[in-house]
Amino acid sequence: MSDLALLGILSTALFSGTSLLYAALGELVGQRAGIVNLGLEGVLLVSAATGFSVTALSGNPYLGILAAAIAGALMNTVHGYLVISRKANQLASGLALMFFGFGLSAWIGADYVGARIVGLPRLDLPGLAGLPEVYASLVRFDILIWLVVPVAILVWWLLYRTRWGLGVRAVGESPDTVYASGRSAQSIRYQALWLGGLLAGVGGAHLAIAYAMNWSENMTAGRGFIAIALVIFAKWDPLRAIAGALLFSAAVAFQLLLQSSGFQVSPFLLSTMPYLLTLLVLAIWGGRRRAAAPASLGRVYQGTE
Amino acid sequence: MLSVRAFSKRFGGVLANDSISLDVLPGEVHALLGENGAGKSTLVKCIYGFYRRDAGELMVDGHPQEISSPHDARAMGIGMVFQNLTLIPALSVAENVALFLPDLPRIPDLKSIAEALRSLGERYSLKVDPWALVRDLSIGQQQKAELLKLLMARSRILIFDEPTRVLAPHEVQGFFHVVRRLVEDDLAVILITHKLDEVLAIADRITVLRQGRVAGQVTRTEATEAGLIRLMFDKDVTRSPIARPEAQAAGGPPVLELIKASSRGDGAEVSLHQVDLVLNAGEIVGVAGVSGNGQKELGELILGSIACAEGTKRLFGAPSTNQPIWDIRRSGVSYIPENPLAMAAIPYMTVLENMAVTHTSSYARRGGLSMDWQAVEADADRAWRRLGFSVSSYLPARSLSGGNLQRMVIARELLHDPRLIIASYLTRGLDVQSAQAARSALLQARDRGASVLLISEDLEELFEYSDRLLVMFEGRFVGEFMPADTDIYEIGRLMTGSEATYVAS
Amino acid sequence: MSPPEQRGAMTSVRPSVAPVLLRYGATALVAFALFGLILAISGKDPIASYRDILASTLGSTYGLSEVIVTMTPLLLTALAVAIPSRVGLINVGGEGQLIMGACLSTWAALTFAGLPAWLLLPIMALLGMIGGAAWAWIPGQLRARGLVNETISTLLLNPVAALIASFLIFGYWHSPMDTNKTAVFSESARLPRLLDTRIDLGLIMGLALLALFWYIMRSTRWGLEMRALGGNPVAARLNGLPARRYTIVALCLGGAVAGLAGMAMVSGYYGALLANFSRGVGFLGFLVCWLAGGSALGIVVTSFVVSIILAGGNLLQLTRDVPYSTINILLAITLFAVLARPDFTRLRSAR
Repeated sequence: MSDLALLGILSTALFSGTSLLYAALGELVGQRAGIVNLGLEGVLLVSAATGFSVTALSGNPYLGILAAAIAGALMNTVHGYLVISRKANQLASGLALMFFGFGLSAWIGADYVGARIVGLPRLDLPGLAGLPEVYASLVRFDILIWLVVPVAILVWWLLYRTRWGLGVRAVGESPDTVYASGRSAQSIRYQALWLGGLLAGVGGAHLAIAYAMNWSENMTAGRGFIAIALVIFAKWDPLRAIAGALLFSAAVAFQLLLQSSGFQVSPFLLSTMPYLLTLLVLAIWGGRRRAAAPASLGRVYQGTE
Repeated sequence: MLSVRAFSKRFGGVLANDSISLDVLPGEVHALLGENGAGKSTLVKCIYGFYRRDAGELMVDGHPQEISSPHDARAMGIGMVFQNLTLIPALSVAENVALFLPDLPRIPDLKSIAEALRSLGERYSLKVDPWALVRDLSIGQQQKAELLKLLMARSRILIFDEPTRVLAPHEVQGFFHVVRRLVEDDLAVILITHKLDEVLAIADRITVLRQGRVAGQVTRTEATEAGLIRLMFDKDVTRSPIARPEAQAAGGPPVLELIKASSRGDGAEVSLHQVDLVLNAGEIVGVAGVSGNGQKELGELILGSIACAEGTKRLFGAPSTNQPIWDIRRSGVSYIPENPLAMAAIPYMTVLENMAVTHTSSYARRGGLSMDWQAVEADADRAWRRLGFSVSSYLPARSLSGGNLQRMVIARELLHDPRLIIASYLTRGLDVQSAQAARSALLQARDRGASVLLISEDLEELFEYSDRLLVMFEGRFVGEFMPADTDIYEIGRLMTGSEATYVAS
Repeated sequence: MSPPEQRGAMTSVRPSVAPVLLRYGATALVAFALFGLILAISGKDPIASYRDILASTLGSTYGLSEVIVTMTPLLLTALAVAIPSRVGLINVGGEGQLIMGACLSTWAALTFAGLPAWLLLPIMALLGMIGGAAWAWIPGQLRARGLVNETISTLLLNPVAALIASFLIFGYWHSPMDTNKTAVFSESARLPRLLDTRIDLGLIMGLALLALFWYIMRSTRWGLEMRALGGNPVAARLNGLPARRYTIVALCLGGAVAGLAGMAMVSGYYGALLANFSRGVGFLGFLVCWLAGGSALGIVVTSFVVSIILAGGNLLQLTRDVPYSTINILLAITLFAVLARPDFTRLRSAR
């Protein structure tokens, strides 16, 4: 297994994992505030469709990213309104949002199926200019990929080092205590969902504008659910999510590795790895991982919230 | 510093606080003493803004104030440490404190908060690791953290609601030390408790509440044990003429044996320590004690809901330490829990269905394909007749009043002629007539050879109906008597911990 | 025999029907108005579209039969959620359970293609139920041991099932003719159809199981015990009911029913195992059950209404050139409207 092949796998993993990580970060912020969004798949679809169509219309991929982010935030806000202000069942609302996303994204993207766009430009970092082309091409990432890890660290900093983040984490544990401290649990939750939606929207944007560079219905193919699994796997910690995203998206890349070594493993079975891994980890460290989940999430899963 | 004038608060039909007045001065420990239900919690919750009082005035530093939420109270410098702490377990102590700081900067400097916590901790001997997660701390340490949180938020009047209930004996001493340091700094402390030894050890002034009213107010120098007990209980010294038929010792193996049984309570649960108990057929054993000293845990231990961490349990002569609940119930054990709505009844199901739920196998017909509701009704009618009261069969349980719910549970548990009845606060919420009927039903059961464990706070009831009387305090039995050989004062003293003679572990 | 007299008051406090219908009607109107707006924006005539939907679905026998065809799997997947919900459990794994049931049935169909229908179909049905039950057994065990919440575990197993199915379809059971489905089932492996329509026996299975569910919950000992566990788990446990046993049994039963839905879909409707054949019907079942408050009759009515929307969307695509997926918008908006008024969706608190 040559260095090149290894780097190739890493590169592929980073490429496909970027949108996953953004999406997971978005879901993570919301879940930290105690809100589960099962409709993440729908959010990703709508933001991908929006980003793609705006890019196709304007010819400017950055505008597309912006539009996608806002679309994601708006989708999340719908979920937020139902769950926070109308006190609706979080699971039902999330699933409804998912179906909404299926339909809305198809509608938005209807005219753009098969369209070609100016994709997000791949950048060459200054220091790497001298590399032989074969290596350089592997690290020629677009800006969103370069930014994903810093953004994850930023999210971590927000959650753990700012007053706002303290409020978010507190709301996810005990809204009553937050209320007792004189804050509005509702506004904090809305804010968390807004930010989460922005992040997820960027994930959708990367998928459509940079990774696939086309639009087709249901192109996310379950990424939303992988992201939800990733949040759990990462114990709701943005830094762990970075490693988890790499691990999860390496599965596809891993398949190539195995193939080239002569093992024939079905790509389908390999793709089950993220879910099974999360389940395994949950089952083994059952008690402790449960303790890592924000407390009000537990009540959602038990149906008492 | 804090004055309360003519406070009144009514809950439905009950006058929880009746025209209470008291003052709290800076630099003093003011104890609020009284039994459960005397109104202590209600009073301080009104002060703290949880409830709105119906009448009366509140003055802080001489100025009348309106407090409509705990947030207001804290803004005025009043802080309260509840039995349920308002800390977030998953966050660290420093973060919990930061959450409640009045002016927290956008990017909080947790390090300086931790420093401040450390120095405050030094000053008042409240040593807690600021970086520890609250859920990793013991209850005693969590209490300290909660107190630090209030002090950092600049509270000057501190209210403690039964603080030592969850503390180990050696931690209690530490707690007193802290309180002394607090008042040395001119803070005021209100201490709610039912334990006499604490009051006598630490209080400067004592207000005794009884049934919602101020029964008396004394200073430490004036206070005596006997005097306080008299104020708390005010029962006539009736040596309870026991006008009921004598127990017939039915012979045979003991119905229940607990041998050095211990249980591990987590969180707010009380741990049972080395409990020895023997219950014979045909006797009623009463357990006296202030609620919250392990009675609930005792009942659940016998039923099999809580596991024996140590020791053994035998039921009807056979080992039972690990027996599952359904098996224990099937062998003839009934349980009347202290909170019927939460622990015995299925709220949205009807009374009739609730009556059937403990013995579904006896009412099932055709292998379970149908239920013999006529048999359930017949049994229910039999129970109502025997008890002298009845509850409509077709109402959903949640629409019943507390008293009716209790009646339903009692009727159900006494059906099927149980051999062991665990009755926890049997007559709570019942009117006189129904209470009488319930007690005589227990007597009838006893005369038929059943055993009854009667857990109660009503000393009269215990004296009148127990064949033997035990006192429970802090998860242990601290006394065993024949009712004829003791009186209310002795029991009262044991209930409030005055003569606890156990060795601190 | 069920509790005599005043049966209406026996198991729940049910609000009177008229105001509820009114509220539902108002909600539906709001939803349709919003969707009409979307149609208008995309240049289609909303009123004509709605007229088309109603005419095509309810206006003809064929249309009506298509609605029922759509409704058939929903009946079963909603029931798959309803059974565990009675014990207080949340099953969002209907999708995966039905896929596993379909896979196991497919194996039987392909392996025993020579057997006569009266032998093969029951075998397939049984295997379908076993497949779904097995897929739900895992989350059941995890929950009963206090390790993993069933909401998470059932959710995570959905995509795993879909991937396993894809693996089988593109691998061992690869059809020589089409790439994304297995060989077409033999005649004996197909659920018989009713009359001249595309409605298959699955409808009868669904209705029968719902009726059975209704009977069990209200009249049998197990129904009583389940309702007690769902109503107040603490009290039920102290009253001696075996909580762990029911956790596993309820989830497995739910899974079995979902697996049967899978069998019905591949045997009755498709005639082969297709990739991604489920199209969210498992999740839709969850929503239907939730809308219906977990009641058997409610499930029948709600799945019928939802199916009108879905089947109508199919026809809209053909006649008005609206992408099929956009019908999801109408569905979702209706759901949003209901979600925004939580007070009347709890017709019966099954927990």
